[in-house]
Amino acid sequence: MSAGPKRWGALLLVALLLWLVAYPLLLVALESVHGPGGWTLEYLRRFVVESREWKALWASLWTSVASVVLAGMLGIPLAFLFQRFEFPGRRLLGALVALPVVLPPLVGVIAFLFLYGETGFVARLVQAVLRLEDPPWRLEGAYAILLVHAYSMYVYFYLFTRAGLASLDPAVDEAAASLGADRWRTLRRVTLPLLAPSLRGAALLTFMTALASFSAPYIFGGGFRVMTTQIVFTRLNGDYGMAMVQTMVLSLVALAGLWLTGEGRAATANGGGKGVAPAPRLIQSPGLRRAATVGGWGLALLLLLPHLTLVLLSFVKPGTWTVETLPPAYTTGNYLALAGDPERLRPLVNSLWMATLSTAAALAVAIFAGQVTVRRREPGAALVERLLAVPWLVPGTVFAVALATAFGVHAPWVGRIVLVGTIWILPLAYLIRNLPIASRAVLAGFRGLDPTLDDASASLGAGRWLTLRRVTLPLLRPAVAAGATLAFVTALGDFVTSIILYTYDTRPLSLEILASLRQGDVGVASAYGVLLMALAALVFALGGERRVLTR
Amino acid sequence: MTYLSLERLSRQYGPNAGVFDLSLGLERGKILALLGPSGSGKTTTLRLLGGFEVPDAGHITVEGEDVTPLRPEHRRFGMVFQHYALFPHLDVGENVAFGLEARGVSPAETMRRVTEALALVDLAGFERRTVGGLSGGQQQRVALARALAPAPRVLLLDEPLSNLDPALRERTRRELRGLIRRVGITTVIVTHEQEDAFDLGDVVAVLRDGRLQQTGAPEALYRTPVNPFVGGFIGRSSWLTGAVVSVDGNGARIRVEQAEWPVAARPPVGVGEPVRVMLRPEAMRIVPFEAQGLRGTITDRRFTGASAHFLVSTEGGAVVEVSAPPESAAAGDRVSLVPRHDPADREFVLHCFPAEDR
Repeated sequence: MSAGPKRWGALLLVALLLWLVAYPLLLVALESVHGPGGWTLEYLRRFVVESREWKALWASLWTSVASVVLAGMLGIPLAFLFQRFEFPGRRLLGALVALPVVLPPLVGVIAFLFLYGETGFVARLVQAVLRLEDPPWRLEGAYAILLVHAYSMYVYFYLFTRAGLASLDPAVDEAAASLGADRWRTLRRVTLPLLAPSLRGAALLTFMTALASFSAPYIFGGGFRVMTTQIVFTRLNGDYGMAMVQTMVLSLVALAGLWLTGEGRAATANGGGKGVAPAPRLIQSPGLRRAATVGGWGLALLLLLPHLTLVLLSFVKPGTWTVETLPPAYTTGNYLALAGDPERLRPLVNSLWMATLSTAAALAVAIFAGQVTVRRREPGAALVERLLAVPWLVPGTVFAVALATAFGVHAPWVGRIVLVGTIWILPLAYLIRNLPIASRAVLAGFRGLDPTLDDASASLGAGRWLTLRRVTLPLLRPAVAAGATLAFVTALGDFVTSIILYTYDTRPLSLEILASLRQGDVGVASAYGVLLMALAALVFALGGERRVLTR
Repeated sequence: MTYLSLERLSRQYGPNAGVFDLSLGLERGKILALLGPSGSGKTTTLRLLGGFEVPDAGHITVEGEDVTPLRPEHRRFGMVFQHYALFPHLDVGENVAFGLEARGVSPAETMRRVTEALALVDLAGFERRTVGGLSGGQQQRVALARALAPAPRVLLLDEPLSNLDPALRERTRRELRGLIRRVGITTVIVTHEQEDAFDLGDVVAVLRDGRLQQTGAPEALYRTPVNPFVGGFIGRSSWLTGAVVSVDGNGARIRVEQAEWPVAARPPVGVGEPVRVMLRPEAMRIVPFEAQGLRGTITDRRFTGASAHFLVSTEGGAVVEVSAPPESAAAGDRVSLVPRHDPADREFVLHCFPAEDR
């Protein structure tokens, strides 16, 4: 904009992002056709001929599509219920059912396990009622995954549809009614078509999330493999070349999905319209009102039940819950064990410092990117924005593998240093995964700023630093808080990249949960889960920005 | 003596976008109004003055000091932005104090000058108000106080009246003029409204496509426009096609349709060649239909009080706007138009421009 600003900002940023974001992915592509003996198509050939690989790919695809359908079937009616009908508790429940969007996926998954798993409450209840010898079901395979996906991903449809509905001009409905359309016709011909952009956005987000989902297939998959779990198991077996091919295939599928659903720009809630929220329609008939109340409370309870279960289980005395329907003995011992044992406190400390560091770094990059792209519109700004979005487009498993590849070799002259196995690899991975989250919020904040405020500040004698400190940053505070909150919570609960990159010394909360689970330590695992939920809730309360929930 | 001067300033965005070879001078304490249609380069000129744009060529000097290389924060030019650009996170007092703090003025002195600046714009006691709670007019005055508080060398105002409703506009203009005179600051105002420019500017510069057309006192621009653009942009005017009949000493005779009129200046073209003739509404008189004069029919009459506006369709197919006493004619009358002034008293009743000149 003004007198001779140095134009190296964008260049610097592009270089940094190419190195951290694009380069590792490129290395994956290279190593999928490069083995110890030089260039080879062997890994590709093996992928193509293995029916196991095709099955995993197909599994990823169909479960993702099915997840979209199921999440939509649950989330859209829920949104209508909470946006269009008034009943007691509507506001509180409406906010509560959106909560899973900020909770770490792994927490949802284990909560689900404790509620609906073969040794969960529901199974025990059924077993007790029907006096069965064995648990009535095993929660395993594709249907278990789909159940968890529907349970956690309805939130996207719920939030997008509510935002879409809120932005609709109520006069449009009234116009349809005055033209003689009944409620069904209005819904079919007017409301749903107007919601289309929101629904497309939700569908895309759900598809991408389901495709990248790791926790649910990992815990519930059993023998049923999807691409994300397949990659991790292949690596565990030491077949690195094959893992590279799988990683590349998964990222290609993600990009194809993105491309098919329209450039990925649809992934923002429809904010158009007049900003006049239609007042919830008061239901006249007492019968309908009662139905809406029961439906709303019932659904909300059903959706929040897994998390409540987790809270309950965190108080179960270790080793006391065996065949009873409800745990017989309760204690605060699980929490005390976490606090008292340095070895058990370690993961919490690890997760906290790594999440803090990566969030701060991601915010710094995002603010710098905002200055460079939105404010100064330097050449290369468009490239910066695209690179910042890449880690969101690519599944976490892919990125973890890419980072493991790029930073597992010492070759400084080609930009590769050994970080794998050090304490720095996880913060770096979190940072990269946080870049899209932080920059989306911060760049939106920058776009909302009036650029003449900068000019005004300069004309009053303030230099660039003073302007940044006194004008830009204070005005960006809500956006930065929103970005920081989401980024921090995401890093805090990360499981998908951690499981590939962690070391024992830097093991995060999620892996400790998994370890406790494997040892049958349900109480401790739940306590960790509750801790994660509580931290997430606390951070959101401090961030003070409810609207980040709608992205 | 020239206090602020723009010397051959250029900033190009496109073939006709930007500012080209602009030279202007302004004496200390005077107000310069940059007037032009949108896209004429007036805002670019203001931003060049403020230091928000860097010129491709040329210089800006204040009291002989070349400020062209200075960044905005070192220029000590105060600016009031079109939409005010008040800092929404600071209250009124903090907004006004901002420039003083940035220049390292002591807290006690800052407080004194904030009070002073707010009193100047008639907002004494508004220090702790939030800017969001102010009316548009009040916001503008806060912006003025903020710009003036650090005692800038030059005050820049970008379309200061465009955001105000018509009722408030005239009063604000009057107050603004009074305030600038009281402070005695050298001021540059950008506007696309001729009325604002004439009312506020000691000197008015008319811009078009980034090029300076004419600069001068408002009266001079109205009475002696140098080209058809200035003539048409400033004041009301009607346009006719004529031809030069004869040229003598310091005047000429021009034929327009059947009428032949003397003009008191040498026409820009030779005998027999076509000219474009511009008429101000008050230049003509309406007389009963006669052989002499420009003949036509009254197609519209609009009563405005002391006078009425008439539209006259001439026999040659032109439309002439005439401001005359209301009783001069009625709609539908066939009339003739004759010059109101005797050409001998050297009033320029007709303005002649070469026919190809736009």
